[in-house]
Amino acid sequence: MSPRTDSRKFKTISRRELLKLTPVVALGAFAIPQLQKPLLQTGLGFSDWASVRLFRSGHLAPAFADLDLTPFDKFPINDYDVDDPQVDFDKWTLTVSGAVQKPGDYTLGKIQALPKFTQNTRHVCVEGWDVIGNFAGVRLSDFLKTIGVDPTARFVTVECADDYYESLDIATAMHPQSLLCYEMYGRPLTREHGAPLRLSIPTKIGYKQAKYLTSLKVSHVLEKVGYWEDQGYSEFYGL
Amino acid sequence: MATRTIVIEDAKTGEVTEAVYEHPFVVRLCHWVNALALFVMVGSGLQIFRAFPSFGTKIPQKDLLNWPKAFALGGWLGGALQWHLTFMWIYIATGLVYVGYQIFSGNYKQVLFVRRDLPGVWPMVRHYFFFGPKPPLREAYNPLQKHAYTSAIGLGVLSVLTGLAIWKPVQFSWLAWMMGGFHLARLWHFLIMWAMLAFVFGHMVMVILHGWNNFVSMLTGWKKGPEYRSE
Repeated sequence: MSPRTDSRKFKTISRRELLKLTPVVALGAFAIPQLQKPLLQTGLGFSDWASVRLFRSGHLAPAFADLDLTPFDKFPINDYDVDDPQVDFDKWTLTVSGAVQKPGDYTLGKIQALPKFTQNTRHVCVEGWDVIGNFAGVRLSDFLKTIGVDPTARFVTVECADDYYESLDIATAMHPQSLLCYEMYGRPLTREHGAPLRLSIPTKIGYKQAKYLTSLKVSHVLEKVGYWEDQGYSEFYGL
Repeated sequence: MATRTIVIEDAKTGEVTEAVYEHPFVVRLCHWVNALALFVMVGSGLQIFRAFPSFGTKIPQKDLLNWPKAFALGGWLGGALQWHLTFMWIYIATGLVYVGYQIFSGNYKQVLFVRRDLPGVWPMVRHYFFFGPKPPLREAYNPLQKHAYTSAIGLGVLSVLTGLAIWKPVQFSWLAWMMGGFHLARLWHFLIMWAMLAFVFGHMVMVILHGWNNFVSMLTGWKKGPEYRSE
């Protein structure tokens, strides 16, 4: 036998059950203009926090056969300003500063003296497209050791000839596939692809892989995150 | 499974109706929060898609469809990613709580499509689409309904897995590999969204057809005058 009640009492029961759903209304906070931005920043921050924990130093990005390579002329050229910032190769150096034992200006020759590594890896753009490219250069970790990186440092920041800027967490910078890249497809970098030196970081999204590098700074705190991050993109965006 | 029922006597006329407690609180809460999260995920997802509306190569780029901005959320790619990367946690959390609750409470039997439901599918299809006779309802959901809900939950799981493969194609390289690589995973993610939207459309049509008491049951848990007799 089912319990009996009258219609008035049933209305009270129903109303109480309905009121239990009020937490759903909390989501309406996202519709309030003053709250929307901080809430979404918190959400994005949480995603970055999770991303840092998902990153594994020893885990390699998939490598591909030469057959899988996207042809060089089909490798997109993306920049936020100009394709060619008119770098003067004769005068070019990489200016190193921050928490390192040997700051100063490093010539391309000095960087190229380090062991060379070549990799076929996937380049993923935040827009949604992806290509498989051939990149060669020196390991960023080797270079950081050369300049005497402070082992307690946490960030590497780079600046570019087109005034672009980017940053990497030290774990990603020390990853074996993170390269200071000076060759693509077996040839010296072309101007549009970031000559004379760019980043190739297969564990990061495309906008982190800055081109036309001019300076590199090692630090304990992050002063400048990155151009696109300042527009609202994820700070970490590890793949 | 014992369902809670109640007999309601109208205070004035003395008329008697039965009501069944069909949807536990956790199920209702997860249903509505997840529905809102899904709405945000689709809207922001379509804005993200607008940044590269293709599944081919970047060079040359052949756009698949120019999705109107009015039916997208976030304003631009960065804004849409903020919505997407925020609400995915709400979407996942409600999905996990829902599935966990259904399993531990035993309530999953209400929705889970099992082999026993198979013979009942065709008569329901005949009823809905070819004006066949209505098969008698013995429980909260008919076999076709169970099939739809179980599929929707499956699509929810797939939407998260394909999404993870796109977001973290290196850390979850095995997931991306299972889907044929990053490039195809992005296509699966997109197709699963459309499958989910097809479910939502069918779901809305059925909600409208089944009237007010049925709709209210997802708000209060109680369904007045159910078609079936509770045991």
